[in-house]
Amino acid sequence: MPKVRIPTQLRELSGGQAEVMVEGSTVADVLTALDAAHPGFRGRLFDDAGKLRRFVNVFVADEDVRFLDGLDTKVADGQTVSIVPAVAGGCT
Amino acid sequence: MAFIEALTCRECARAYPAEALHVCDYCFGPLEVSYDYDAIAAHTTRESIAAGPRSIWRYANLLPATNDGAVDLGAGFTPLLRADRLAAQLGLGELWIKNDTLNPTGSFKDRVVAVALARARELGFKVAACASTGNLANSVAAHAARAGMKHYVFIPANLERGKVLMSAVYGHNLIAVEGSYDDVNRLCAELASEHPSWAFVNVNLRTYYAEGSKTLAFETAEQLGWEAPDHVVVPVGSGSQLTKIAKGFRELARVGLLDGDPQVRVSGAQALGCSPIAQAFADGSDYVRPVKPDTIAKSIAIGNPADGIYALDEVRSSGGAFAAVTEGEIVEGIRLLARTEGVFTETAGGTTIATLAKLAADGVVGRDERVVAYVTGHGLKTIEAIGDLGPTATIAPTLEAFEDAVDLEGDD
Repeated sequence: MPKVRIPTQLRELSGGQAEVMVEGSTVADVLTALDAAHPGFRGRLFDDAGKLRRFVNVFVADEDVRFLDGLDTKVADGQTVSIVPAVAGGCT
Repeated sequence: MAFIEALTCRECARAYPAEALHVCDYCFGPLEVSYDYDAIAAHTTRESIAAGPRSIWRYANLLPATNDGAVDLGAGFTPLLRADRLAAQLGLGELWIKNDTLNPTGSFKDRVVAVALARARELGFKVAACASTGNLANSVAAHAARAGMKHYVFIPANLERGKVLMSAVYGHNLIAVEGSYDDVNRLCAELASEHPSWAFVNVNLRTYYAEGSKTLAFETAEQLGWEAPDHVVVPVGSGSQLTKIAKGFRELARVGLLDGDPQVRVSGAQALGCSPIAQAFADGSDYVRPVKPDTIAKSIAIGNPADGIYALDEVRSSGGAFAAVTEGEIVEGIRLLARTEGVFTETAGGTTIATLAKLAADGVVGRDERVVAYVTGHGLKTIEAIGDLGPTATIAPTLEAFEDAVDLEGDD
């Protein structure tokens, strides 16, 4: 079963848990299962068109899924899916 | 300030009060200052601006803070120079250089810092802080000293000597971090949560800070006789400056200071050694893939640019382009600007000039366009970058030695 890492800003939705185990073989499946287990994640992670919000990053095994197969990226049993809000900041 | 309506999420449009907030709690998008433009229009004319101070504060009605004399070092209102010799060299028509090297600490950062710290003081902050590639560190340290605020300024440990010295001279605390700017930025995001009483100008005050760059557009339009240029070329690190210059021209039209609806093409300049946004542009991608920076243009060496997608949107929708240039082209850009126009810029300015040259050669910037190139940092900040320049000759103090050493080529 894949493991999802929840950032502090979203732990109010997971009852304070930093990690949640859910079923799924793709990123889309895993995040749908997460929302089913802990309702509220869908709205925070996806826009109205169903696309991943632009300042929400999702990593599978430390690689940003935008540069893999997006929401279709495969997730193997025991792999970690990390939700990481983009860090705002920067100079010029 | 009287004309701020709210802070609004750029992604999901949720509204927040005008406090030290920079990220939407709901979707993590960045916040943007919203104004009451009708009220600004009713209170602002070309004449009222002309009667204001010769600094960014002449545009105070379009900024999210009021002029705080305690912070003010006189940022802004820098020269806009017609650059005919450089234009001829590049095969361009009407070219202007916005010479923003002439700010109190030698870069455009004084604009954003003046706004951020004026707002910080309105919100009651006593400590100024920043994550910097160098120029911002110089400016925060100087403005904090001027205002009698304590400061914590964070830079990558491998910065140019001039930028380190120009940050350290204003007193404690300058902290050099072993890592890239992106590492410094991540650390500062954590520090900003640990120390909410500090005004991190480009973290928790970023929403206000970024607005300061709009003055680069305001001044350009005023100095062109209240007309917008056709095309601007802007150096790009995080992408913030580029997006705010574009916003600045739109706002002037919105409040009736420009006639009609100006269509300004916006192009971005990056160093090839750190060009994630130029790469996304070339690939037709909607996302900016972070890179590890490796370039002499350290002031724009940001591998994970915060406003990258907005800079991409702005350049695409305006019909501009991104280009990236090599280290050698950057150095040649610095020398070319100095030789042809008498302006000595740091590596980011060299990147801008080299990119302008490239876009001109590719026909992206046209001969028939009125073009403004933004040169935003002074050359003395990065003297290591330009290599081994020295005197034409070193001679004994005699006429004979001079005549032997120099070919006068009819210069009498």
